[in-house]
Amino acid sequence: MSNEYTPKSKAGKWFNDRLPLLTLGSHLTDYPTPKNLNYWWTFGGILTFCLLTQIITGIVLAMHYVAHADLAFASVEHIMRNVNYGWLIRYIHSNGASMFFLAVYIHIFRSLFYGSYKSPREVIWIIGLLIYLLMMATAFMGYVLPWGQMSFWGATVITSLFSAIPLVGESITTWLWGAYSVDNPTLNRFFSLHYLFPFLIVGLVILHIWALHVPGNNNPIGIDIKKPSKDTVPFHPYITIKDAFALLLFLIIFSGFVFFSPNVLGHSDNYIPANPLVTPAHIVPEWYLLPFYAILRSVPDKLGGVILMFGSIFILFVLPWLDTSKVRSAVFRPMYRYFYWIFVVDVLLLGYMGAMPAEGIYLALARIGTIYYFLHFIVVLPVLGLLEKTDPIPMSISAPVLSSGADPALAKKDYDKI
Amino acid sequence: MSKEEKKVNRRDFLFTASYTVGAVGLGAIVWPLVHQMNPDKAQQALATTEVDISQIEPGKSITVLWRGKPVFLKRRTQEEINEARSVNLQDLPDPEKDEDRVKKGKDEWLVMLGVCTHLGCVPLKDKGDYKGWFCPCHGSHYDLSGRIRKGPAPTNMEIPKFEFVDSNTIKIG
Repeated sequence: MSNEYTPKSKAGKWFNDRLPLLTLGSHLTDYPTPKNLNYWWTFGGILTFCLLTQIITGIVLAMHYVAHADLAFASVEHIMRNVNYGWLIRYIHSNGASMFFLAVYIHIFRSLFYGSYKSPREVIWIIGLLIYLLMMATAFMGYVLPWGQMSFWGATVITSLFSAIPLVGESITTWLWGAYSVDNPTLNRFFSLHYLFPFLIVGLVILHIWALHVPGNNNPIGIDIKKPSKDTVPFHPYITIKDAFALLLFLIIFSGFVFFSPNVLGHSDNYIPANPLVTPAHIVPEWYLLPFYAILRSVPDKLGGVILMFGSIFILFVLPWLDTSKVRSAVFRPMYRYFYWIFVVDVLLLGYMGAMPAEGIYLALARIGTIYYFLHFIVVLPVLGLLEKTDPIPMSISAPVLSSGADPALAKKDYDKI
Repeated sequence: MSKEEKKVNRRDFLFTASYTVGAVGLGAIVWPLVHQMNPDKAQQALATTEVDISQIEPGKSITVLWRGKPVFLKRRTQEEINEARSVNLQDLPDPEKDEDRVKKGKDEWLVMLGVCTHLGCVPLKDKGDYKGWFCPCHGSHYDLSGRIRKGPAPTNMEIPKFEFVDSNTIKIG
């Protein structure tokens, strides 16, 4: 955040005095970054790429798509068959949504492992969660646009969640629909909002990065570092090249889906035009919403299920205060490490149960998974911070490397001042 | 300074009055923006549907579309009516007599919204543990009177407003 930057050229100086964009650019390239960032830290850049990809392909698709209940399904087929490269652009957009969520889940679980949500980064975390909520809303509305059977019934089920609200629920649902069921007005407004929300996400991403640049990046050992110092490298070229390499690997997977199995993450029922008289035998949301769907279905009460489902996301907002441990990185938290992986397995289990029918053993396991999900936040994390004996924390990123192995003399004893 | 602040003066009145007028004005412009999302005149105009029921055999049912939602019209057999009425009301999650769900003297005709009260899917007919309807989405079982018996749905399937125009026609809405 040094203000010493002055542009070399006279024109640059003239402009920068009036709008300091060049100072901002210099801040971004010189931004001191911990030198030990591993590949889990490359997903911020990958996510930026995903967002831009969705916006660019989305704008192009909107040039050919028709948001009308009678025409939407056919217009999507028109894109697939008639529009030049329409198939490619649509497959990038539809698989891009899945790739976006894959990256965001890795990004979130990276935060959970390395304690990136803890002080002083709570605001970054909360803005990130708002982005995640907007992403889910955007993806849901986008899935409705092709107006297939899954679009229609997915829209019906999700909007009906609001009817669980006592007293005003029915009015809210009708208001969301603009009709007495999911119908043309619903499709029309979903298209409008699906176009708007990504730009709101862009705004939040700018705030997310701004908030990040105040304290600077967390790092794999989770200690505060002096910036700039021997422990940091400038963002450019060190991080840009690492991010670019990771992005290339990510694009190989992305391309694999787009070119070799573009429909594997979708559902074949969505190639049947929407029919308000017939519900598909087995309704499932997109894979990235399955854990929450499992929580919804595991509760035998309508309102209770809806509350727990929304609660499972909103509890993340208070996570920085539920986790009582002052040590950030799981590297130095021998017990949290186990509970972290149990939690990962629990979320994956919930995801699997969300895809299975809600009966018998699946339902029982979904209930156990749901209970554990909340126990992790409400019991495990607060208690662990008090009971756990954490490992000694190095004084700096360089310290353990330079002293060839763990030297207790270099370790901090005072955990409160990490 | 502090003495002056405590005294209500002309400026305080102007502040309060300005805020009030501002809030009313804001509300007046926000409401149209909110209300435009409610069902429009064209949607409301589709509010009634007439159905010819002369072709429905006893024990059979048809589904018609009313306001974008399916409506089940089932002509029940005497056995089915008896079974629906033999239930102990205390066993029902949402207690309601079968007699209250049909028109008097037209007990064979069950007319109800074919919409699961859980999350809005269309239940399948002649399925489930109670010989009525079964919702495939989240496993709600309904009986021969369309009452919820088992599963996450909170209430019985809704009975819309309807009337018999003549012996062969039902008007829904």
